[in-house]
Amino acid sequence: MSKKRVGVLRFPGTNCDWDVWNAVKELGAEPQWLWHQDQFAPSEYESFIIPGGFSYGDYLRSGALAARSPVMDSLREAASKGFPIFGICNGFQILCEAQLLPGVLLRNIERRFVDKMIRMKIENPHSRFGSTLKKGQEVNMPVAHADGRFHIAENDLKALQDNNQIFCTYQNNHNGSAGNIAGVMNKSKNVVAMMPHPERALHSWMGSSDGRNFF
Amino acid sequence: MFKMGVRIMPRSEVLDTQGRAVEMTLKSRGFTVDDCKVGRYVVLKLEAKSKSEAETQAKKISEDLLCNMLIETYQIEELA
Repeated sequence: MSKKRVGVLRFPGTNCDWDVWNAVKELGAEPQWLWHQDQFAPSEYESFIIPGGFSYGDYLRSGALAARSPVMDSLREAASKGFPIFGICNGFQILCEAQLLPGVLLRNIERRFVDKMIRMKIENPHSRFGSTLKKGQEVNMPVAHADGRFHIAENDLKALQDNNQIFCTYQNNHNGSAGNIAGVMNKSKNVVAMMPHPERALHSWMGSSDGRNFF
Repeated sequence: MFKMGVRIMPRSEVLDTQGRAVEMTLKSRGFTVDDCKVGRYVVLKLEAKSKSEAETQAKKISEDLLCNMLIETYQIEELA
């Protein structure tokens, strides 16, 4: 059987690209770069990942410029056709700015960049990214972000809860996110994203190997 | 050619961390400040036949990219 081909999106300023590349490869799939100016046929891929970083230097708003680049037109097509898409950190910000996910990520409540290991709870497992995880399971994950405070209108937060669109939550809400949210899914559940970095938690010597479950 | 200014401000219900940080620094320097909000100002030069056409273009640009309506509001004005 041929390996699953995973499109890994890169923008100027993406910096977790090689970590994601290595994670995808180590866990048995075939990564392939997609540059921000590329257009692609979704059917040539099994799924897509947007890694973290500081695309376009976080100019205007985090993820705002990347969300409007050519590769995102193809990704939007992939999303509408039901392909699994996973955003990590800046990838989460980009997917929100592209309106492929609800809400937006704002500056952490304490205004500081937070870089540490956190405990996270899986609220609703995703069928492709983290399918081995159980509802309610807790994992150890590294976070590294300044703009990680998930914000959404109150009514829409209620809708997220009712539709089981909350992917994971912080056990100890370090950034002030609405509903302790660390990650969300779209309505049809194929697009998913979270602030923590699973690609930085593949082996116990990295502090946690729980990230393996997400690829 | 029209020169249009777009003023983008955080919505009042959204915590403006930047404004709060600036406000705290001002207070620590002895200024009396009740509230401080930090926004963004964008100047656009637009090819248009009339002011209203330029305003329509600026509105489109603001809602497409400059402003995230979930957290910000915008105002457009013509500049000399």
